[in-house]
Amino acid sequence: MNYDELYLLLADDDDDDRLFFKEALEEVKVRTILNTVNDGSQLMNYLNKPGIRLPQIVFLDLFMPVKSGMECLTEIRRNNKLKDLTIAIYSTTGTEHVIEEAFVKGANIYIKKPYDFSVLKNILAQVINMSWQYYTSGLRKENFLLNFNGMEKAVVSRV
Amino acid sequence: MILNIKYDINLACKIILQEHLAKIGIPFEITGLGEIRVTGNISSEQYEKLEKSIKKYGIEIIDNPKTALVQRIKEVIIEMVYMNEKLPDSRISAYISTKLNLSYSYLSKIFTEVTYTSIENYMILQRIERVKQLIIEENLTFTEVAWKLNYSSVAHLSNQFKKTTGLTPTVFQRIIERRNSRYSAAENLYNTNDNEL
Repeated sequence: MNYDELYLLLADDDDDDRLFFKEALEEVKVRTILNTVNDGSQLMNYLNKPGIRLPQIVFLDLFMPVKSGMECLTEIRRNNKLKDLTIAIYSTTGTEHVIEEAFVKGANIYIKKPYDFSVLKNILAQVINMSWQYYTSGLRKENFLLNFNGMEKAVVSRV
Repeated sequence: MILNIKYDINLACKIILQEHLAKIGIPFEITGLGEIRVTGNISSEQYEKLEKSIKKYGIEIIDNPKTALVQRIKEVIIEMVYMNEKLPDSRISAYISTKLNLSYSYLSKIFTEVTYTSIENYMILQRIERVKQLIIEENLTFTEVAWKLNYSSVAHLSNQFKKTTGLTPTVFQRIIERRNSRYSAAENLYNTNDNEL
């Protein structure tokens, strides 16, 4: 099994948010490779290309031009080739209703974009760490739900 | 009589691997030279079988001894979490250390080095996974789950669940139920469409 790294794909139309995300990943202990796309339709085109290496985690902004994150989420979960991808919503919204809808539609992780860069670093470290445990331990993906909405630290990353 | 032959060693290895992986029932993709991507779960039994059956061809799985030790620690943890008998928290380190016949401080150092998390946190994660299974698949109440998994109270269980997942057990349960009914609704819809065709 390729246990060396996680391949991440971020779909976000905001240049700054993509940059912050990339920088925040630098201190994560698990080795990661990040690729980015600028909107939902670019994302779906990318994922549907034949023969590409599929990412282990897709980070999805909800509000994007052309195709929204929720639309992408629904499409991914209906696609047999893609339905096992781990999906993390990465959005400025964090209302309980939206969070629950995203989970019901098949998201695994919900991250409300924090205002503080150090908080973002901390959240990404925990998200990557938890995903890593799921990936390397063969835990049940169907039951993988993780919510970061201004919440306290998840217990698993406190080494 | 002498037969002169030529062969493609890479192709030969690839075919040997394909045949053995298929025979053992491991879902796989051969991604390139020297790497097989296992596309599903692989049990330690299957792993051993594969290792044995390809050895005679001179093919070996490169395994890091630290990774192998971590795998054994994980197996002990999972066994503990799934054991019907309840074990007090205070005896966990002694249990793991006795099982593997190595000091706990050594085991925890290697574990953290390889997995980026601690044995304690990994154990909590596995317990929470067990909680999820018990409430979703076996329909136990939170009180029953707390008792079965040796939580001092339902509040303690809920607390740890929320800390680990960011959701309360109640919300988690509701989301999974809504997901399932959504999927079965979608399936019914497809079936109805099929009938109409």
